Amino acid sequence: MRSGLAWAAVAVAVLALALAPLGLGRYDVYILTLWLVTAVAALGVNLIVGYAGQETLAQAAFLGIGAYTSALLAKAGVPFGLAFFAAGGISFAIGLAIGFPALRVQKHYLAFVTLAFSVFVWLVIRNEEWLTGGVMGLKDIERPSLFGASLRPHRLFFWFVLAIAAALTFAMWWLVRSPWGRAFTALRENPVRAESLGVNVRRYTLLAFAIGSAYGGFAGALYAPLVEFIDPAPFALGPSLLFLLMVVVGGSGSFAGPFVGAAVAVLLPEWLRFAESYYLLIYAALVILMMAFCPTGLVGLAGRLWSLRRRPARMAEDEGARALGEAKP
Amino acid sequence: MADFLQLLIAGLATGAIYALAAIGFTLLWQTSQTINFAQGEFVMLPAFFALVAMHWFGLPFWLSALIAIGCAVILLGLVFKLVIVDPLIRQGVLPLVISTIAVGLLLKDGAKEAYSAEAHRFPSIFPDRLVDVLGVKISLAQLGVLAVALAAIAALQWFLAATSTGRQMQATAQNPGVARILGVRVERMVMLTFVLNAALAAVASLLISPIYLVKFSNGETLGLAAFVAAIVGGFNQVRGAIAGGLLVGVIDNLAGAYSGLIGVSSSYRQAVPLALLVLVILFRPQGLLGRREERSV
Repeated sequence: MRSGLAWAAVAVAVLALALAPLGLGRYDVYILTLWLVTAVAALGVNLIVGYAGQETLAQAAFLGIGAYTSALLAKAGVPFGLAFFAAGGISFAIGLAIGFPALRVQKHYLAFVTLAFSVFVWLVIRNEEWLTGGVMGLKDIERPSLFGASLRPHRLFFWFVLAIAAALTFAMWWLVRSPWGRAFTALRENPVRAESLGVNVRRYTLLAFAIGSAYGGFAGALYAPLVEFIDPAPFALGPSLLFLLMVVVGGSGSFAGPFVGAAVAVLLPEWLRFAESYYLLIYAALVILMMAFCPTGLVGLAGRLWSLRRRPARMAEDEGARALGEAKP
Repeated sequence: MADFLQLLIAGLATGAIYALAAIGFTLLWQTSQTINFAQGEFVMLPAFFALVAMHWFGLPFWLSALIAIGCAVILLGLVFKLVIVDPLIRQGVLPLVISTIAVGLLLKDGAKEAYSAEAHRFPSIFPDRLVDVLGVKISLAQLGVLAVALAAIAALQWFLAATSTGRQMQATAQNPGVARILGVRVERMVMLTFVLNAALAAVASLLISPIYLVKFSNGETLGLAAFVAAIVGGFNQVRGAIAGGLLVGVIDNLAGAYSGLIGVSSSYRQAVPLALLVLVILFRPQGLLGRREERSV
């Protein structure tokens, strides 16, 4: 019954999203598409942070790897489908290669290695002008076509991205529900105990990182045709940090978290236009407040408010205390 | 050969500054499990305090430098500990890590909005003159930086090893539970670590700024240098951070000069410390001077 209700809610949400562009202008549809692309990359971060309990500071770098891979392949005449899987595949392989040494050591080393990797990717994109166009970037990236029809119109492209994002979301949902995904949760809660129960911690964490990074690559393959022009800036270290922050703001470890976090990260700059350059300051301060008072993110906050409404106040307090207790490692 | 020696001294000078930042980072990690991703910004910011004191209030340089250290101790030491770390460590390590990343962003954009986005010159404590030592021309400024940084490190080592407070700090870092039973005031020692970290970062800031200029985005490079130094040296050892810092500084400088010889474009100079990091993690994950750590259930 409950799961039936959840499925119905998901179906309504997807339908509403599919119909949304009909009532929206060109720019709004662009923002909505950007939100979907960001959410795909954030889904990957959530797998790494929320499920496998690691920290990645390189999601924007993987987004860049995906974006440049797909853009360069598209320019070479390779069909989009192939370029899309190449973008994800390369990110997956690189994820394995840098995750393997980092995860041998201890908890926070992946954060430092991905930090270093971010800087390195940015250097390569900026310096290898023959390949990436350097700071001038790559211009005129074509949007793909489907069954002979070009997806250049913004609404068509939105639906195309929506379909892919839905498929990737479903794949992620299946992954974290599978026994395999349950193992992630086990090792986040208590890695040593999980290991003693036969979970190969290193292999699982490594695969989680590689798959999460592949989602960054997939998102990049969608990002390049969306913006039609890419340069090194959105793939630097700063945006990678923002990816981590947005997932935590949304609610790491909850399935809806990345969507909420991506909405905040994409929409907040639009709403805070008047604040312009102060936007990052406000955002950073909000993140700290959120971590101090509600580390389960906006999704956790909504859940707490919901249970406050439905139960007597005392029980709700207990619930809140329990949720806080769970957040501890 | 003379060139090489000049590069070596320049490298040791910047390396000693990286070491200051890395030591603070290591101390925080040991005593309070605070992995401070804002460490680079902690080194970037104090120079701005000094600039504000000099240019907005017209104070002399020596006084501005002291004010910068004082402000750093209060804001990046006491306030950081009480307002950010204390409430967040209760929520767990990940929220704290995320918050230090947010603090880094806050300081970086705060410096940009409050002061300016441009790079500013910063007065050097030492005259920028070359002296001739056995036919090798050595910059007096670099020697001065090296001397001050090494003196700070030596003073810190003496404090940790020879004073009662220092030994209590070490005990707190190694095993807070046992330290508390033995009568060490653990909370006070942890607070002292934050104050020390801020002071070291401020000294590093005043020393590095004449070389790198003062810019809001410097934290990225400085932070990365400090992290690499701490990991390369072995982050559970203060002397590891020192060795790591010196090594990163020297390699960084030599890579800048000799990148052509090893077939790498000088635009990849920044990548050399990163390669060092990867090599160490691959072949000596506990760091050059580090010990392996045991895990407990």
